[in-house]
Amino acid sequence: MWTLLKIELFKIFRRPRTYIAFAAIAAIIILIQLAFYSDGENFLQFGMQSLKESFDIKGKILSGYLVCFIILQTLLIHVPLLIALVAGDSIAGEANMGTLRLLLTKPVSRTRFMFAKFLATLIYTLLLLLFMAILSLPVSLSVFGSSDLIIMKSEMVVILDSHDVLWRYFAAFGFAAIAMTTVASLAFLLSVFAENSIGPIVATMSVVILFTILTTMDIPLFNAVKPFLFTNHMLNWKGFFEEPVNYKSIFKSGLLLMGHIIMFVSAAIFVFRKKDILS
Amino acid sequence: MPAIIRVQHLSKQFGEINAVDDLSFSVDKGEVYGFLGQNGAGKSTTIRMLLTLIQPTGGTIEILGLDLQKHRNEILRQTGAIIEKPDLYKYLTATENLRLFASMSGVKVSGKRISEQLEMVGLADRANSKVKTFSQGMKQRLGIAIALIHDPQLIVLDEPTNGLDPQGIADVRNLVLHLSKNLGKTLFVSSHLLSEIEQVADSMLIIDKGKKMAEGKVFELFGSSGSIVELKTNDNNEAIHKIMQSSWQNLIDKYDTDKILLKLNKEDIAVFARYLVDADIAIQSLSARHSLEDYFLTLTTSNQHVDAFKN
Repeated sequence: MWTLLKIELFKIFRRPRTYIAFAAIAAIIILIQLAFYSDGENFLQFGMQSLKESFDIKGKILSGYLVCFIILQTLLIHVPLLIALVAGDSIAGEANMGTLRLLLTKPVSRTRFMFAKFLATLIYTLLLLLFMAILSLPVSLSVFGSSDLIIMKSEMVVILDSHDVLWRYFAAFGFAAIAMTTVASLAFLLSVFAENSIGPIVATMSVVILFTILTTMDIPLFNAVKPFLFTNHMLNWKGFFEEPVNYKSIFKSGLLLMGHIIMFVSAAIFVFRKKDILS
Repeated sequence: MPAIIRVQHLSKQFGEINAVDDLSFSVDKGEVYGFLGQNGAGKSTTIRMLLTLIQPTGGTIEILGLDLQKHRNEILRQTGAIIEKPDLYKYLTATENLRLFASMSGVKVSGKRISEQLEMVGLADRANSKVKTFSQGMKQRLGIAIALIHDPQLIVLDEPTNGLDPQGIADVRNLVLHLSKNLGKTLFVSSHLLSEIEQVADSMLIIDKGKKMAEGKVFELFGSSGSIVELKTNDNNEAIHKIMQSSWQNLIDKYDTDKILLKLNKEDIAVFARYLVDADIAIQSLSARHSLEDYFLTLTTSNQHVDAFKN
């Protein structure tokens, strides 16, 4: 299995397209940091206008923690597309290139082959998040410094002590890893059915967008299915930035996402084991 | 001689279509086995079943004396293959492709072994070039090197000369003969070109529409049937009129203003040539054709073709 995994990782990281996602994330994060560096104070003054009418806020508001929170909110909506680029390509891309038939004439069981493929996709997903975490947290902290984190919600303002923030980021990135792996496993499943990677990539994003719309629409017909839509749970990393943290809700979401991962990957392996390779 | 491949009553259906229909054959150790059929005859489907890419609808496959379903990995460890065109990782070099597929076969190959393989297929000077810079012929040769890198006992080559120039075709032919005669490998080579198989194969199997048409030693199969002979004259209408009046009329297979095709035994060709001269027919050319299509014609009754053509 280790040899297979090494082969898959070698293939992923020798492809120029793999680095598009890293470049895109770096560009977005650096742009946000630059924007806040040049005009962040004015932006925050404007954003907190209504709050300042009622409260007297003293001290530093623009900090590395706040910038990181804003980056996370922006990026975690777009990262699924970048993950689908590689996960959707994992099987369909091989079929499209014609290499799948040669690979499957080698003495490796299809189940092990699929596990290696999925593990490689998982590692790619985790590395992408790690890259994002390093650029957004330590870099933001070094540029903007640290202070208490003020998060404005529609109904309340949460103020977190600066000594009580870092662990929340670790937990949030951990949760985001589970959420992004769910997207990766969906793209991986759809990849089994296609012989061209565009199909699974577009289909994955379509599912994510459709489910997100269903999640946000407050219509009684959809309310019954909402708790089972994985998109409804993907943004629950924000739960770590509440006071007190609702661990039960986060844990439930995490379990549901992991259930989806197991279901998608099992289905992918089941279908692939039976599939006639005609590409 | 022990059979390396033994296929019994193999079939594959895609919906209503019988791609392979009750096919049985066996391949002996150390021989070059030609697998012939026109495009769409079921060759690639059969090869994909031999390599476990496609699940058969029925029948059994034994390779190296083992059941393919139960001992897939053991068998594939001893098998090298090219299926249709060799699609490789274009963004990797020739050496990286070789190393990658060798690892997939569970073999750690030395740099020396890789160099030897690239030397053998004439790609030593392109070892570190990316495959995307290769011509179709170079990819085909690299595909052959990949099929051989783990030193398999059985080598399956599906249309190995596709996309090659005449020199490339000759190189593949020599390589096939070298692997069989000098290294004792068993080769299963498919093609739609009879002439190609005839030059390298010891035995052959011909299929059409998924069914077996003929199987046996090459010299026996060609010895048992006649040839299709193509006649061109200065005036084909007059020639056909005269031949239709003669005892040769039943041997006419097809004709038009350009050429006349006849089904003749080899020993009758000279006699027929003498008849043409005696009948004062001005011959432009008289030659035996050697295509798979013609061979099929020699296996079947030709009268119906003649009637259809005349109508």
